[in-house]
Amino acid sequence: MARMKFLCDAERCIECNGCVTACKQENEVPWGVNRRRVVTINDGEVGAEKSISVACMHCSDAPCMAVCPVDVFYRTEEGVVLHDKDLCIGCGYCFYACPFGAPQFPQAGAFGLRGKMDKCTFCAGGPEKDLSKEEFAKYGSNRLAQGKLPACAEMCSTKALLAGDADVISDIFRQRVLKRGKGTDLWGWDTAYGKPGAPQAKPATGAKS
Amino acid sequence: MRAIGKLILAGAVAMAAAGLGGCGEREQVIVYKQGKYQGKPDAQPWQNDPGQSLYTSSKWNKGDKASWEAALRTRNLGQNEYTRAE
Repeated sequence: MARMKFLCDAERCIECNGCVTACKQENEVPWGVNRRRVVTINDGEVGAEKSISVACMHCSDAPCMAVCPVDVFYRTEEGVVLHDKDLCIGCGYCFYACPFGAPQFPQAGAFGLRGKMDKCTFCAGGPEKDLSKEEFAKYGSNRLAQGKLPACAEMCSTKALLAGDADVISDIFRQRVLKRGKGTDLWGWDTAYGKPGAPQAKPATGAKS
Repeated sequence: MRAIGKLILAGAVAMAAAGLGGCGEREQVIVYKQGKYQGKPDAQPWQNDPGQSLYTSSKWNKGDKASWEAALRTRNLGQNEYTRAE
């Protein structure tokens, strides 16, 4: 297995916020904390509107890990970036470092005091006993330990949001783009996604999906 | 008088050395020290019993990473509706 990743297909995302709702429900995320959100550009412009679902991208070289002064982050064997909330001091450095705005801070007191950082766990829980009440209370659901994928991706109605092994989901995305009929029209497509066996991917001639 | 001359000469040499020392180039790239995780250890997902949770169809042998990966891969491929529709 390579690394666990999310991949959001902006051509398919319909901004339904199903992923956001699924995440909230699955992990019982508190009010004010959004582990996942849908970002829309050109909102309201017909034909130009694009949406993409964003959460922690579980970076291979995560900036949050690099800046954390108390070293609470770790990466699992599957490439999921997790953190230990017991040690988090809520300084917010990870929030400044993250290019996706993934780290969230619940309001811990009446005066806007920052609580411990909370972020997407790829539904992999955290450093507590797997599937325990403690783990759920601190980190939310541990679906990987149940042989499931993250709730957001499994709930996605248009399958715009894919989650799982990077090799597998990029294969699914590759096939999808070829079916759409604009595979090689995309700049850099072959460089980024061309397989060693079939470097020149040909666009399909059929109708768009 | 000679002693004062020597002192002035020594001072001049020291100042020249200090001044020239400022012309040297030092390494300005900071070498970051990678932090080490300080928290509690975490268990691997394949160490869990598949029957431990409700509503899951995935099956693997407890402790067997390869079988867990195979189960997850099956689940993963379920996201591809082109193959599901065939």
